Amino acid sequence: MITETTSGNRGLLQAEPLIFETGHATGTGVDLPAPKGLKSNLGALTRKAALDLPGLSEPETMRHFVRLSQKNYAIDLGLFPLGSCTMKHNPRLNERAARFEGFADLHPLQPTSTIQGALELMDELAHWLCTLTGMPAVALSPKAGAHGEMCGMLAIKAALEARGESHRQRVLVPSSAHGTNPATAAAAGFTVDEVKGDEDGRVDLEDVVAKLGPDVAAIMITNPNTCGLFEPDIKKIADAVHAAGAYFYCDGANYNAIVGKVRPGDLGVDAMHINLHKTFSTPHGGGGPGAGPTVLSAALAPFAPVPHIVLRGETRELREHMQGTQAFGRMCAFHGQMGMFTRALTYMMSHGSDGLRQVAEDAVLNANYLLARLKPHFSAPFGDRPCMHEVLLDDASIKPKGVETIDVAKALLDEGYHPFTTYFPLVVHGAMLIEPTETEPKRELDRFADVMIALAERVKAGEVEFFKQAPKLTPMRRLDDTRAARQPKLRWRRGANDAGAKVAAE
Amino acid sequence: MRYLPLTDVDREQMLKVIGAKNVDDLFADVPKGALLKDLVPLPKAQGEIEVHRHLQRLAEKNTPAGRTAFFLGAGAYRHHVPASVDHLIQRSEFLTAYTPYQPEIAQGTLQALYEFQSQVAQLLDMEVANASMYDGSTGCAEAAMMAARVTKRKKIVFSGGVHPHYIDTARTACEALGLEIVALPAAVDGEAAVTEELGADVACVIVQSPNVFGTVTDLTKIGEAAHGAGALMVATFTECVSFGLIEPAGAMGADIVCGEGQSIGNALNFGGPYVGLFAVKEKLIRQMPGRVAGETLDADGKRGFVLTLSTREQHIRREKATSNICTNSGLCQLAWTIHMTLLGEQGLRHLATLNHEKAIQLGEALAGVKGVEVLTKRFFNEIAVKLTKPAQEVVDTLAEKGVIGGVAMSRLNPKAGMDNVLIACATEMNTDEDIAAYAKALAEVLN
Repeated sequence: MITETTSGNRGLLQAEPLIFETGHATGTGVDLPAPKGLKSNLGALTRKAALDLPGLSEPETMRHFVRLSQKNYAIDLGLFPLGSCTMKHNPRLNERAARFEGFADLHPLQPTSTIQGALELMDELAHWLCTLTGMPAVALSPKAGAHGEMCGMLAIKAALEARGESHRQRVLVPSSAHGTNPATAAAAGFTVDEVKGDEDGRVDLEDVVAKLGPDVAAIMITNPNTCGLFEPDIKKIADAVHAAGAYFYCDGANYNAIVGKVRPGDLGVDAMHINLHKTFSTPHGGGGPGAGPTVLSAALAPFAPVPHIVLRGETRELREHMQGTQAFGRMCAFHGQMGMFTRALTYMMSHGSDGLRQVAEDAVLNANYLLARLKPHFSAPFGDRPCMHEVLLDDASIKPKGVETIDVAKALLDEGYHPFTTYFPLVVHGAMLIEPTETEPKRELDRFADVMIALAERVKAGEVEFFKQAPKLTPMRRLDDTRAARQPKLRWRRGANDAGAKVAAE
Repeated sequence: MRYLPLTDVDREQMLKVIGAKNVDDLFADVPKGALLKDLVPLPKAQGEIEVHRHLQRLAEKNTPAGRTAFFLGAGAYRHHVPASVDHLIQRSEFLTAYTPYQPEIAQGTLQALYEFQSQVAQLLDMEVANASMYDGSTGCAEAAMMAARVTKRKKIVFSGGVHPHYIDTARTACEALGLEIVALPAAVDGEAAVTEELGADVACVIVQSPNVFGTVTDLTKIGEAAHGAGALMVATFTECVSFGLIEPAGAMGADIVCGEGQSIGNALNFGGPYVGLFAVKEKLIRQMPGRVAGETLDADGKRGFVLTLSTREQHIRREKATSNICTNSGLCQLAWTIHMTLLGEQGLRHLATLNHEKAIQLGEALAGVKGVEVLTKRFFNEIAVKLTKPAQEVVDTLAEKGVIGGVAMSRLNPKAGMDNVLIACATEMNTDEDIAAYAKALAEVLN
């Protein structure tokens, strides 16, 4: 077997140094008009030191980034079953619409007479989101899921203040929650009190009731929850929370399982963010940008952050300041992630009410099909009941054999798959959370199930070394996280990277 | 439906394998009455033709910046983005990838992040940068909260030159945490006034250069005064192209530099998505919010990159995290890195020079209009002018003449007492004819 080549390339996969190792100060891929030679008015504030930013011509730049791209896994390559992340197909019509000149080349502070179409689009998006969720209002400006959580919690805080109940400081958060929930509650100035899960992977209603009190501001619950289950007591929980004078924040990360089938407004939700980059297919882009519009109940709607769109006759205006409103404040400089609004509306209109319901049904069907196929071969802690849109396995069947969750994940890399979410939720040991989404055909699910079952057989056969050595076929082998954290090297520095580059070349 | 691959035959077979009669059996845990029997009252599915037509009609109700003589900045800037940038970021492997949690199959994203962090640090003359924030305004709010954590103090002082929407954003986030915001009165050239507020309770002063009125300021003495009082200096910005020409805050003692990166690689997009740049002194990295990529080695000893220092982050630390941020601005950050690579040092300096020259031309042209006083003395590509009429009226009338002349300060901050002040910007996109047309139209409106 060939292990190394002279070039460092491996067939189609090209070795690629940093731009700082190939570019140079006079390299450039942009031709601009010549300056006129006017006298600057900056005097001593003119930049003194060199920027030392490398430049590359256009062909070199294209190659650099195309070579990098080939080291990435992506939805367009195959199943991307990351639980909690809803990695579904990103329709390209969305991309085209977002790039229409009338949206992309529009400044957020243009006179409102020149942006009527943009405001109309935002109103249409709001109408779709409110109708789907059964909620009366939505704040569009939050820029991502966690930002939407913050928006919802600040609306709750403002509502409590308006009621003269600022002493309500405690927020209940189940142990199975996403890390952003307790982090948001803390960032909004609340204290976090953890609620237990029961043996079936649900929020323990009795523990909720026991922990409610006159100092509780809200509960934050993900529904469907992070174990992939719908909370059967959700309405009882909502009623108990409301009876105690608190609000119900729902983490909408898993909304894909119920879109068009269940309206959160019917469950007693007061606030819920919607990840447009999950349920409504805007691309994840290697980590962002996202968008987190947050729907609000009638009790919280008056406190929605500015800007607000106001309809006056046939004309839409923007209310950009809090004066004269009960708005709790402002989430960001402008109006939110317009580029994501365009994509999400395109997606929703493409599916329609019938297609969106089919989305939820197929997402749940696909997950249950994987559960049915994998259950005989892995430990599925809550597998006796149907799941929603994700399948939760734990490490009970592999750990006694010396194989860890991370090892199965790394073995999947060699099989050409992005793995499931590992070690989350924290409430089961060695979690493997699998979310296939509705955009996978049956044959892809079967192929993935076959691979997982073959790996289970290898575990049974005691092939521990096979797992520990994985991955072998990826652009890189396992990377040393501890080294990265202990000796943080977070940037290129002239002279300082030569050792690393040498290692790379060797 | 074109995005849903399952056929009815598939669905039937799958239900059989599962052992369910119908799909609603799988929703058995939904409380009775909450499972919708009917479709929600919204239009049904449509094909590409119809949806495309609808979106295009909405787009056509807007006036794109490029169809006007366009001089609006104040936090978002119209620059040329090379065609190759958009092609590259639409590659499936970038567009449809997730956060690089599995580094063995995400080296493309991770290396680009590392290059981005390096470029940002070089541009701002700072030691370390993170992998991006949502935008400049939310990054600035994070900087204020970070300064409070570092100093264990509670007062945040904003200069009168910081973008009013940045102050409002930070106020919303900080006051929830019990921090106090002091925002000094709006001032065209008064960044140094923050030093008068320094005291034992001040966590940081936040200044902006170029500020919202375009004024470029030497921040060195402000930084020294802040440090002398045990506070941090946070420097924010809205126009990152400026650092191709002006001294960056990192060279003037800033502890945290944060601002908007949209100008490089990213279209106006009506306000988002954008990309927040965030850089700190190395000793502060454990308190830095957001993701960060770092260099390491793989099992074969080859150089590679991973997300690191995650013990600061919410998925590990939960309520003790440095921030609740999870998502970054991945694709916008990639566009920034690609555009910056195309520019390089020479290209960026060239671009910055062009912007400065256009603004000088604009300032001279507007100064020649009766009833206009140019307020900004040292600027990069943006100036504030005082008019003889309320600026909002003037902006609206100019728009009817095909000129987007800037933004009225009263729109950004109605309480600033600057109703006649207009903020205007010029970039490499403006032609000499645009500038002449603006001056002519403004003369008609004012006189």
